[in-house]
Amino acid sequence: MANQEVNTGRRRFLTVTTAVVGAVGVVGVAIPFARSWLPSAEALLAGAPVDVDISKLDNEPGMFMRVMWRGKPVFLYKRTPEQLALLPGLDNRLRDPNSDNADQTPAFAKNEHRSIKPELGVLVGICTHLGCVPLHKPEVQPQPFDPEWKGGFFCPCHNSRYDLAGRVFQGVPAPANLEVPPYKFVDDHHLIVGTPPAGAA
Amino acid sequence: MSDNILVRAANGAMDWVNERAPGLMPAYRKHMTEYYAPKNFNVWYYFGSLALLALVNQIVTGIFLTMHYKPSATEAFASIEYIMRDVPGGWLIRYMHSTGASLFFIVVYLHMFRGLIYGSGKKPRELVWLLGMVIFLTLMAEAFMGYVLPWGNMSYWGAQVIINLFGAIPYVGTALTEWIRGDFVVADATLNRFFALHVVALPLVLLLLVVLHLGALHEVGSNNPDGVDIKKKKDARGIPLDGIPFHPYYTVKDMFGAAVFVTIAAFIIFFEPTAGGVFLEHDNFFPANQLATPDHIKPVWYFTPYYAMLRAIPNKLAGVMVMGGAVLIMFLVPWLDKSEVKSIRYRPMLSKLMIGLFVIAFVVLGWLGSQAGSDMQKLTAQILTFFYFGFFLLMPIWSRMGTTKAVPERVTMHD
Repeated sequence: MANQEVNTGRRRFLTVTTAVVGAVGVVGVAIPFARSWLPSAEALLAGAPVDVDISKLDNEPGMFMRVMWRGKPVFLYKRTPEQLALLPGLDNRLRDPNSDNADQTPAFAKNEHRSIKPELGVLVGICTHLGCVPLHKPEVQPQPFDPEWKGGFFCPCHNSRYDLAGRVFQGVPAPANLEVPPYKFVDDHHLIVGTPPAGAA
Repeated sequence: MSDNILVRAANGAMDWVNERAPGLMPAYRKHMTEYYAPKNFNVWYYFGSLALLALVNQIVTGIFLTMHYKPSATEAFASIEYIMRDVPGGWLIRYMHSTGASLFFIVVYLHMFRGLIYGSGKKPRELVWLLGMVIFLTLMAEAFMGYVLPWGNMSYWGAQVIINLFGAIPYVGTALTEWIRGDFVVADATLNRFFALHVVALPLVLLLLVVLHLGALHEVGSNNPDGVDIKKKKDARGIPLDGIPFHPYYTVKDMFGAAVFVTIAAFIIFFEPTAGGVFLEHDNFFPANQLATPDHIKPVWYFTPYYAMLRAIPNKLAGVMVMGGAVLIMFLVPWLDKSEVKSIRYRPMLSKLMIGLFVIAFVVLGWLGSQAGSDMQKLTAQILTFFYFGFFLLMPIWSRMGTTKAVPERVTMHD
């Protein structure tokens, strides 16, 4: 075969196209591997709504219970009329007093007490800072972390504080209010966590 | 030369290999017998080889732990207890690994401090420094994932907190955390993938990086406590006058250092393997509980300085950025340090003072990060975080101030 002249333009074109096609291939192959990290069908199934019997919550004012939904603790707790009356007075110490951030507050809970029934609070018990479980501190009494404590939730990890409606205080690391999960009442003593009320988004 | 049949057989085998791999002996000579290291290495120069020893210890003990450990949320905690109680000598292998991780970080921090005080990352060794910092980052990821595997309550909540750091990223944060966890919370899927990363992926990356780190070092040659370039003065054969072959001189010296290190390590592993809750936290002797966060959540000691900075900032995104920045800013030291001299021996008092204060700030931040965090501690952490970043960001200014002492032509010996 004769020693033909080198066509550098054609060589460069072939090199570049090969490299581009190869890069596309690498990205394409990476997709299934990256996708394998998404929550599996099993994890999605475990995230199904849960039924909760709240009849025992009526035994005493201020009672508190936890259930698991999607592996997260959900707080269900009773608030007395006195505790509810204290909520509006805290507005100027809160980051998002009107629950304008829809990421944590679905429309059905966008009210002063952030719940369907005023006395029953339902919150995802995961601090919006870094995911610890806050402590329920309903007593209206001075606390080491807040001398003017009106009852609420206190996260022991980084001292984030929320009121009894799960609204975050100013000057703490948590950026947002505690999340209100979708939930609906089946009857007065049963509710489903994971499904929003009929007619709500 | 003896005509012993064994010697002849060995030489024959050597010749056979050399004929087929002629690059082997030159590579050995380049990195061992003809790698000329400055003759004035002091005690600080042990920590590089000790880090390698610690890495080998982690790999060997880790391989044996995987033979008994079960990477599943229901079995992990019990399998660790099984290793501790029922596997013959399992407690020793496990403690060599868990305490070894802390010793690894002690050695690495001292190694990095050596680089800081002797200007080891300065030109022409920037690449060595950068590769070393990438090793440090990888090691942090490796250690974090390893700490999750026992599936104790602190493992679980530590993983929760660290993964949620990524949730601070605007828009994609929540989706990203679900992708990392493979679930809505830290769960079996998370543990399983962390096991794979901790045992296979990151060790491979670490080994590759160590090879690159050493390769980059051997291209430019080692720095020394005087910061003198030994290649400037060579003898007739082109060998640095102040250089000695790495093998046998420094292999023997490093073996002595290794012996001392192993003695200290053995003492800790046998008598105080948890270091009173510092190397292994008390809360991690309880199984993971999704419904109850430990009252006082904190990372292992080697992460507490950065954790203290995270907590000091009362804003999630800013806190995460400060925490990440505290590590990333160390990459820039070779360029931030504008001093004419490398070694602290010839730097002015101000530089010595700054480095001294930096050490104090770093240690106090580490202590603060392990505390519950009162208002006073938070304020202290804020001041020290400010100083930490000031130390680095103002380094181009303070490292140039004052008069440096004259650097000698040859290395100095103190014997």
